[in-house]
Amino acid sequence: MKRFIGFVRKEFFHIIRDRRTAAILFGMPILQLLLFGFAIRNEISEVRTGILDLSHDVVTQELTDKLFSSGTFVPSAVLNSGKEIGKAFASGKMNEVVVFEPGFAGKLQRDGSAQMQVITDGSDPNVSRIVTGYTGSVVRDYLTEKAASSGQSVGVEAVPVMMFNPALKSVYLFVPGLMAMILMLVSALMTSISITREKETGTMELLLVSSLKPVQIIVGKVVPYLLLSFVNVLTVVGLAFFVFGVPCRGSLALLLAESLLFIMTALSLGIFISSITNSQQVAMMISLAGLLMPTVLLSGFIFPVASMPLPLQAISNIIPARWYLVIVRGIMLKGAGIAVLWKETLVLMFMSLLFMTASVRKFSERLQ
Amino acid sequence: MKTDRKDNLQPLRVIGHILRKEFLQIFRNRGMLPLIFVMPFIQLVILSNAATFDVAEVPFHLQDFDRSALSEQLVKRFTSTGYFRMTGESFRQKSGIDALVARKADMVLVIPHDFEKEMSRTGHGRVQLLINAEDGFTAGVVRGYANDIVAGFNRDLPRLLPHMSSQSALQPVIDIRSSGWYNPELLYSEYMVPGVLVVLVTIIGLFLSAMNVVREKEIGTIDQINVTPIKRWQFITGKLLPFLAISLGELTVGLLIARIAFHVPMLGSYGLLYAVAMIYMLVVLGMGLLISTMTDTQQQAMFVAWFFTVIFILMSGLFTPIESMPHWAQILTQMNPIRHFVDIIRRIMLKGSEIQDIFAPLVILAAQASLMLTLAVIRYRKVSE
Repeated sequence: MKRFIGFVRKEFFHIIRDRRTAAILFGMPILQLLLFGFAIRNEISEVRTGILDLSHDVVTQELTDKLFSSGTFVPSAVLNSGKEIGKAFASGKMNEVVVFEPGFAGKLQRDGSAQMQVITDGSDPNVSRIVTGYTGSVVRDYLTEKAASSGQSVGVEAVPVMMFNPALKSVYLFVPGLMAMILMLVSALMTSISITREKETGTMELLLVSSLKPVQIIVGKVVPYLLLSFVNVLTVVGLAFFVFGVPCRGSLALLLAESLLFIMTALSLGIFISSITNSQQVAMMISLAGLLMPTVLLSGFIFPVASMPLPLQAISNIIPARWYLVIVRGIMLKGAGIAVLWKETLVLMFMSLLFMTASVRKFSERLQ
Repeated sequence: MKTDRKDNLQPLRVIGHILRKEFLQIFRNRGMLPLIFVMPFIQLVILSNAATFDVAEVPFHLQDFDRSALSEQLVKRFTSTGYFRMTGESFRQKSGIDALVARKADMVLVIPHDFEKEMSRTGHGRVQLLINAEDGFTAGVVRGYANDIVAGFNRDLPRLLPHMSSQSALQPVIDIRSSGWYNPELLYSEYMVPGVLVVLVTIIGLFLSAMNVVREKEIGTIDQINVTPIKRWQFITGKLLPFLAISLGELTVGLLIARIAFHVPMLGSYGLLYAVAMIYMLVVLGMGLLISTMTDTQQQAMFVAWFFTVIFILMSGLFTPIESMPHWAQILTQMNPIRHFVDIIRRIMLKGSEIQDIFAPLVILAAQASLMLTLAVIRYRKVSE
């Protein structure tokens, strides 16, 4: 045990001795979270809108006013014919064009139905979808208000209540995602080179002839990083809470414990990569180039897992960040407790254990 | 820099030697080859499909406190349209919210007691939708689906409740048709594949070049090069060209995959695309070599390279719109080479843009390329520090 503690201390000093690396390790997550936390959004605050009104009646005028009074839509141009639409988009100055069909108010009155068209610049489907969605909800609100004010509210009215995030702030969605991504990659990178570096510099032989057991070596490699990464957890959670105002409706202790578990998973994955590779270059390529895009795209950080095609949903199960993201959002936004999150917690535990045992076995092989 | 007067071919020959050495080192490293030549394409094929916001089959939880014929009809509307899938039912207020917290449902449909009675008496009734709004965008879509279903239900009310009072002037409907110019079906793959390809080529190029010089520092071979008469620009050029060749090769394979597997159209010219790609890769590789000359260990180099890569990717408008960013961030993105190259490659492929259309971002890329390469040459000192 004494030898083991000595080994942990040696590893610890190795890490903090290199001031530049230490500064990068602790400074980078803060800078990134601050930058992205403020910049990454999917609300659009200014939808530049062109109106092509082929009807010019009371209703289309009211709808246009309603649109522009919401604050989100900004009048960009008044078009006179369908031919001008293409030109408007080509100039890149417009996000959408709203077209009212001729005789709009009359059809609405007579047939109970009129048609409007929302044309968006589809070369960016993200913006297109968001803008179309906004327009639809303004039109719906208009109809509901109209029905209510005329006293002829007939039929079923569906009253939506936006749970957990009533203002629909995307910062609540993205900050937990950023936490997962940053912790995952920084932690995995740190340990992924710890063993390969010893192989490259030749100090591995010294470790192999020491009386430490493979388990002790692997655990001894992880423990110091676990302590250091926990500093990152604290800053990242602190920033989410104090700077971005993401609430923590569940237990803070649980959040910290789960975060500790998650960095444990990431560190063990790093150690595992380290144990199967022979050069730092390969180890770092796997842990960064191999993990970066899958973590961003398959974790549900930006694109919801439920939206993916089924085979990809299956693949996303092997991404540790996906499980952590469910946990963080659950605790912070929904106030979920362990009774709800036990499955995700078990998955992360299982992953850590798997990577650790695999690393130990790989390491023991080398011993023989 | 003095020119060698004895032999004009000498500088080229020196670069040739470096080139041979670099290529040998790259292809000798067996562990690295699959990471450079296979992994990016697997990621391209898999990840391009992941980037979608389509909301399909929303799981919902039912709390029908009325349990009448009419409420049953309404529920049937929800389950039969294909937009919603019922995952549970309960009669306690709190269990609905529990279902949301436990992620068993993304919406709870609450039909109050006396729903049918109220409807027949006044012609007006309310149901409540508790929507999981963690993701505001998805929540908006779910709300839209639910509203459409309720509107359809309302149109059929006269048939369902024949004895309803005569005031059944139905709420009018505005039928919204939406379409996207240039990409009518709003296909994500056309839009995503070029972007993901750019990111992958960038990651490989930047990481390889960032580790390169610093590795020679770590293992000490840099001293051997420092004592040779090689000039600084020759050294940097020799380091640059192999990675440029690899990157353009990867881009080619990626474009083939885009064409064959994803049917991404190519409306513009390949010549222009490759010319821009070359300039872009000079930015990336120049930056990698600069990082490499400024750091002490491979680990530091990778951390710095990763730091910038993540910033470039997330601030490129690839996954979240640049329009959504605050003003200062939008200005920052002007310095982001990925943003400009993704923009250019999309315009060339999807809109058939010519050189005059992409002139402005191209000038920025060219300026960045010369800056990075100059800095890399200046920063590489032929002395050990």
